[in-house]
Amino acid sequence: MAPPASKRSGYSRRAQFSSFLSHTAGVVGVVIGLVLIVISAVNPSSFQSLRAIAADATDPAAEATAKGRSFGDNVLNSVTGFFKMGSRHAKLEKELAIAKSRLVEAEAIEAENARLKDMLKLTRTRKDVVAVATLTASTPSSTRRFATLGVGRNKGLEKGMPVRSARGLIGRVLEVGQTSARVLLITDTESLVPIRRTKDGVAGFAQGQGDGTLRVRLVNLGINPLKKGDVIVSSGAGGLYRPGTPMAVLTEILRDGAIARVISNPTDADYVLVERAWAPEAPPVEAPAEKP
Amino acid sequence: MLEGPTTRRDDGPRPRINRAPSPILAQVVPWLSVVLATIVPTWFVIASAPMFPPFGFLTFLAWRQLRPGLLPLWAGLPLGLVDDLFSGQPFGSAVLLWSLAAMAIDNLEERFPWRNFATEWLVATSLIILYILGSYLLSNLVAANAPIHVVVPQLVISIFAYPLIGRLVAVLDRLRLTAVRISR
Repeated sequence: MAPPASKRSGYSRRAQFSSFLSHTAGVVGVVIGLVLIVISAVNPSSFQSLRAIAADATDPAAEATAKGRSFGDNVLNSVTGFFKMGSRHAKLEKELAIAKSRLVEAEAIEAENARLKDMLKLTRTRKDVVAVATLTASTPSSTRRFATLGVGRNKGLEKGMPVRSARGLIGRVLEVGQTSARVLLITDTESLVPIRRTKDGVAGFAQGQGDGTLRVRLVNLGINPLKKGDVIVSSGAGGLYRPGTPMAVLTEILRDGAIARVISNPTDADYVLVERAWAPEAPPVEAPAEKP
Repeated sequence: MLEGPTTRRDDGPRPRINRAPSPILAQVVPWLSVVLATIVPTWFVIASAPMFPPFGFLTFLAWRQLRPGLLPLWAGLPLGLVDDLFSGQPFGSAVLLWSLAAMAIDNLEERFPWRNFATEWLVATSLIILYILGSYLLSNLVAANAPIHVVVPQLVISIFAYPLIGRLVAVLDRLRLTAVRISR
């Protein structure tokens, strides 16, 4: 298709001017973009209030979709389950396949039941839980891993609070709005969680890689004691993340560490818990002398 | 561009009495569709890897290719701002890249006034690749480095998704110019 005739400004002053103006406006867009990038590179949290307002504004719709999403996930689980079996037992009769897909469906429901029961137990027994909420949105087309929570300052959320599901650690609260909050997932490249191996407490750090895996680095250099299939939990070193929260399973051993797959996939977590930021208990000190 | 409620397209259906395209609809649909394509996909999955194509950018690109000049050259600024609020990218990355893409398309249009499917496809595909790599580099600038293989699936999905988005935008374009009842 040829470009519209209005693009060729010819001798008309007015047309020339408007063409010039629109080109200038394009360049202005580029310049403003560059300025914004520099500002956010220097101070990544500089536009958080804007983001919080935007997230608050879309929160009702996002939450409605989140409710539909868990239903859609169940359907999707049943469908993928059906296809996996179909490829394996291509010759089996249709009825059997349907029966199996029903079985998968039942299993999914059972697993969900167990998870919800877990969650209830957790909220009943734990006093440090600030809120139980749904993850309403995420950033599926960026290499950064953020998610949005359906609760915010209205439920007492604060920056830095760890977020977990019944299965394991999910991330921590990064920016708080009135009715929504932004969570930095542990799979984001900026997330660094102190960890230890469950068996013997070999200590290290887990950094996200942006693709659902974690890069585990050990504190002590030397022979790498890690084995495939080891489970790592948060160690609580330095505070913030409660020690012993399950995190990931090692899938690949590297020379100086390992690659681990996260246990608690945030997509499967219908509900997440926001906990108070954990602080290691201060060592017992004697009462100051000047106080009576 | 529409001049008034009585405008009609030569290739459109035969106009009916008392029906004409609404100028409001004709202006609003492209902007609204890009904004919705930016925001709505973020609700559907809590992603642990970049798995969705950048729908907002693809829609923007499709509008610019289908109807050059309908979205002005500066449209990347407001629409990119909206995208930056939700995309998770460092703020300003979409403003910059969308504006650059709009200018690139504009330049190519002037250079190759008669295009065919192959050139359109080639232009769109190269812009998508450049956009995804550009977003990747900009987010690495702000955060710690993610390995490059993270964006490869997204690249492939986006290239295949673009023709579908193009079809969708074409449907929206027809909706945009549907004749509605004129109220006087």
